[in-house]
Amino acid sequence: MSRKQKKVLFRIIISAILLIIIHLIEPEGWFSLLYLIPYFIIGYDILRKAILGIIHGEVFDENFLMAVATVGAIGLREFSEGVAVMLFYQIGELFQSYAVGKSRKNITALMDIRPDYANIEKDGGLEQVAPEEVSIGQTIVIRPGEKIPLDGVIIEGNSTINTSALTGESVPRDAETGDEVISGCVNMTGLIKVRTTKEFGESTVSKILDLVENSSMKKSRSENFISKFAKVYTPAVCYSAVALAVLPPLVRMMFLNIEPEWGVWVFRALTFLVISCPCALVISIPLSFFGGIGAASKCGILVKGSNYLEALSEAGYIVFDKTGTLTEGVFRVKNVYAKDAADEYVLEIAALAESYSSHPISNSLKEACAEMPDKDRVSRVEEIGGHGVTALVDGKEAAVGNAKLMNKLQISYEECTEPGTVVYVALEQKYLGCILISDVIKEDAKDAIESLKKAGIRKTVMLTGDNKAVAEAVGKELGIDEIHSELLPADKVTRVEGLLKEKPDKEKLVFVGDGINDAPVLTRADIGIAMGALGSDAAIEAADVVLMDDDPQKISLAIKISRKCLRIVYQNIVFALAVKALCLILGALGIANMWIAIFADVGVMVIAVINATRTLYTKKLT
Amino acid sequence: MEKTYKIEVDCANCAEKMEDAAKKTEGVADASVSFMTLKMKVVFEDGADEKSVMKKVLKACRKVEPDCDIEI
Repeated sequence: MSRKQKKVLFRIIISAILLIIIHLIEPEGWFSLLYLIPYFIIGYDILRKAILGIIHGEVFDENFLMAVATVGAIGLREFSEGVAVMLFYQIGELFQSYAVGKSRKNITALMDIRPDYANIEKDGGLEQVAPEEVSIGQTIVIRPGEKIPLDGVIIEGNSTINTSALTGESVPRDAETGDEVISGCVNMTGLIKVRTTKEFGESTVSKILDLVENSSMKKSRSENFISKFAKVYTPAVCYSAVALAVLPPLVRMMFLNIEPEWGVWVFRALTFLVISCPCALVISIPLSFFGGIGAASKCGILVKGSNYLEALSEAGYIVFDKTGTLTEGVFRVKNVYAKDAADEYVLEIAALAESYSSHPISNSLKEACAEMPDKDRVSRVEEIGGHGVTALVDGKEAAVGNAKLMNKLQISYEECTEPGTVVYVALEQKYLGCILISDVIKEDAKDAIESLKKAGIRKTVMLTGDNKAVAEAVGKELGIDEIHSELLPADKVTRVEGLLKEKPDKEKLVFVGDGINDAPVLTRADIGIAMGALGSDAAIEAADVVLMDDDPQKISLAIKISRKCLRIVYQNIVFALAVKALCLILGALGIANMWIAIFADVGVMVIAVINATRTLYTKKLT
Repeated sequence: MEKTYKIEVDCANCAEKMEDAAKKTEGVADASVSFMTLKMKVVFEDGADEKSVMKKVLKACRKVEPDCDIEI
């Protein structure tokens, strides 16, 4: 509790004790004014604010409501009720400020990635400086257990790096000299020296913190609805209260010729005012969104605003980019079909012939070999553009390339029809076999699509620049509803625009890409999700939701978190409004007394705030 | 130009009122207050002097919520 909160708590305790004592003595006549002592102890700040509000022309806020209701009650000689209303109002406010402070702290703890210092070498020793003071190209030292303060490249040392604070991924990564490291991660095992590549303000950790802290600035429709509603609602209730105090007695007096009972009606009107406070809604809804965004950040899902979290819960169409999103985006040898030779031998010949090339295909061949064969075994390498290469391997003439190369050299081969890139290998004019190279589907991609369907996503679409055979094969394996292949980047935008027109208005279209050259599509979709964005500034810029790692399962998790959050928001709206409406009616009829009014105000708020803090917990969703 | 300021305020409704007051201040193109993070983001109009505008914003906010504060 802060100092301010403790002071309020102290006032609450003192005035509660005084109220009970005075209530027990049952003072009569002038002694009733004793009630004013606890009243002023607990309510002086509210009264002061209410008066200042009136002076500044700001009536109809909750201070005004409470001041009028309690002063009115005391004026009607309902002393204990008047003091109690003020007392419970303060208890409610204290609870609210404590709960909000607590979730504020919780969420800051979730995002506890801000590094406090950087170590720089000076006069043979280490000196701690603020990360902001380190410039680009400077060398910093990170000891085991310390946070990496700035983005950079390791120039000395090996270690394992824990990225879980950023990605939610618990398996640590290995890092050695020459690897890039990202600020906000924790260095676990070894001492490393890092040459910084960015200033602190441009570092990943700053960008992420900035994004999370600014996310609650972009308000959702529900939040805007409530703030507009509160603006209409409070004056409306105040005018109704005035009408309730004045009209029935006048009618009774003038038309029915009976006793006007002013006191009864004014008291009912005051009850009305106590019920009317919109606090429960005004606090619980931003709190829910804040909790939802915080919970998502904890899982490595950064949502840039409450509005996007809200939109995500209405996702109906999900459009994927293929490469890098559903597939690894890296070419790998998938299969070797050798004829009259060992698989390893075919691979070895191919890798050797391609050993001087740095094309992704040749890299994948080299990677597939258990051990890189000796380059000296190759000579007279000749590249034939669009076909492949020929070379002398161990003095024998090798030909490695596509079907065109085989045709050109008049080597008879067996055609491979599987989707992917096929590399045919021949030695001394004799066909040895072929190697199938393709992009590998991510391990979790299939489960990810399945769980999206289970979550009620109506349609999944895949867009890719790749050829039709590959696209169809990937799409079929993953169970994607619609596949569009051989698209140029501009075609993807057109496709997404087409889908935007086709879908019902209520359902939102989500585009998921890896952030590399799909920025236009990311911005065009209702919600753009960039994946594997750790360290990619462009993606963080363009997307509305950023997945820090490249696990496609996070998409359905994000949707689940958003739905839970929105469910809680609606529960609170309906619950608070229903209880208030009911109490207002009962209050007008004279059935609800001041105590019920206090529950309708403070009780509802406490319940709504407790409900809102549930958004922080995501355990059951994964 | 856009800048974020730390604010001090006790209730969500008051934060809303501060946002409204800041938006209406001369020299402010747009403003947004987050009660949860206790921050106010102000987008200034072109050529506006940030310091004098913020003084006015604080004054306007104090009017609607006497207990608030902005760290300028």
